[in-house]
Amino acid sequence: MKFLRNQLDKVKHSFEKGGKLEKYYYAYEAIDTFLFAPNSTNGVKGSQIRDAIDLKRLMITVIVAMVPCLLFGIWNVGHQHFLAIGQPDAALGDKIWIGAIQVVPIIIISYGVGLGIEFLFATLRRHPVNEGYLVTGMLIPLVMPPDIPLWQVAVATAFAVVIGKEAFGGTGMNVVNIALTARAFLYFAYPTDISGSVWTYLGDGQAVAGYSGATPLSIAGDAVTSGANVVESFGSFGAGWNDGVYTLSNLFMGLRPGSIGETSTLMCLIGAAILIATGAGSWKIIVSVFGGAYLMGLFLNLVGGNAFLEMPAHYHLVIGGLAFGAVFMATDPVTASQTESGKWVYGLLIGMFTVLIRVFNPAYPEGIMLAILLMNVFSPLIDYFVVSANKKRRLQRATV
Amino acid sequence: MSTAVAEVVEKKSEPLFSKKNKKLITNPLDIDNPITVQVLGICSALAVTTQMKPALVMSIALLVVTTSSNGIISLLRNTIPSRIRIIVQLAIVSLWVILVDQVLKAYSYELWKQLSVYVGLIITNCIVMGRLEAFAMGNKPGPSLLDGFGNGLGYGLILLIVAFFRELFGGGAIFGFKVFDAMGIHYTGNGIMLLPAGACFIVGIVIWVQRSLNGYRETH
Repeated sequence: MKFLRNQLDKVKHSFEKGGKLEKYYYAYEAIDTFLFAPNSTNGVKGSQIRDAIDLKRLMITVIVAMVPCLLFGIWNVGHQHFLAIGQPDAALGDKIWIGAIQVVPIIIISYGVGLGIEFLFATLRRHPVNEGYLVTGMLIPLVMPPDIPLWQVAVATAFAVVIGKEAFGGTGMNVVNIALTARAFLYFAYPTDISGSVWTYLGDGQAVAGYSGATPLSIAGDAVTSGANVVESFGSFGAGWNDGVYTLSNLFMGLRPGSIGETSTLMCLIGAAILIATGAGSWKIIVSVFGGAYLMGLFLNLVGGNAFLEMPAHYHLVIGGLAFGAVFMATDPVTASQTESGKWVYGLLIGMFTVLIRVFNPAYPEGIMLAILLMNVFSPLIDYFVVSANKKRRLQRATV
Repeated sequence: MSTAVAEVVEKKSEPLFSKKNKKLITNPLDIDNPITVQVLGICSALAVTTQMKPALVMSIALLVVTTSSNGIISLLRNTIPSRIRIIVQLAIVSLWVILVDQVLKAYSYELWKQLSVYVGLIITNCIVMGRLEAFAMGNKPGPSLLDGFGNGLGYGLILLIVAFFRELFGGGAIFGFKVFDAMGIHYTGNGIMLLPAGACFIVGIVIWVQRSLNGYRETH
């Protein structure tokens, strides 16, 4: 530590005003504040009491909330890998090892590319590097399939950070969620690499007899034409190599193939508890996304018509990435609605659109990504109506 | 035919390629670009730019139409009753569009099929109508021709830039020539570039780059 400090101090003068690397001062400053707590203090006059929660701490809180999903995801990637190649008795260490060598490179690429662009823009625009990318850099790997080509992660990250964020002015100015922008980019740019049976990492291993990469959503989608009962199909799926992979309890626990961090509803709920307890995420949004999806599911049960519509509504809450989206994506404070009653509307509509897209649009098996991106765009409008309703109410109350 | 008349008119006042008139050609290429600054003609810019070849043909078609209709409308400008000027303009524009359309159909049928309705839709292209209304109705034929030519060039420039990136990243080719394959690199086509959204992104980036280079700001 001392050595680092000395090294930083040694090169400091060349970055300061008049130094030969003056242009790169903000890159230097970012590294300095990242490694050491800044030594600047408030002036002797003026307010001295501050809340300890700043942007950096908020971001770290969200990352802590993601840790259960991440650790579970790493293990689950390995677990599903061994199930798919017919070695259900593989040791815990092996599973974690396989998961780690798939997941860690994705995380490194995501942070490397994203922070690189962040540094570049900070230097070009002469503003301090801020912590905006810390959470995004972790969210992107969690919504990727385990065996996504790394160059695609890099391209998607670069696209999301440049077009999704820097084009709008940087941290806090983005209109849509950046991590979902990355995911949506891959979804439309390389559809074959992010659909079908990519959700389990097979590696060099040979898939076990009877193996199928179908996801709950694709099974439910197929039920529309075949008319098979969705719950029964879930129950019988995986017989012989991964018994009961899509039973309700298994879906809730997340012992199934899927994007790295999205599979486990339980881990997402633990994350939600951390976010709510620390005040980093809005409980209203989380509750209303789940509520909206459930209500829409119930409504479609009533309408009926095909097997997918008749799937019990609570299944919608545990399949796909609804839980992960509700907890970590929809609550993004920059892109969500800002008004308290607006948050209810925003969350409800996300939940409802998710289920609608799932059920009625066979081209897009997972609806939560598109639903959140859509509502990100509409959230300022929701806020506008909430604020003008409030103004109207207050004007009526006022007696002049 | 129209050019001859134009030059006669020009001789009285200023030379055709005076400094002011040269601006009529250079401005639409940069600070007054029909697509990136006036934000006109976006629809066709998204539709025909998946490949360079149709984009080039479309640019030439628009260049011909906007130049010649600007010239003719400018010649007629003092005789067109203002209440029916739009329909007169439309009639002249459609004359040129039909000519272009027929030529394309006769000499490159495949491309004509690929461009489909978009050649016909030049009739309603905002750039053509916009230049007629904004320039040709109030200026002499010479400058009007130059203005039409400049705006056609500006349109074509952006179209070709957008098509270049879309074809390169979407299909790994330029004018149908597989660049990456020729270099021995396997290239996976980027599907988003083939969607209209890809054109929107590229037009947006072009606007971003252009405005940070020339410092253009919209004034309210």
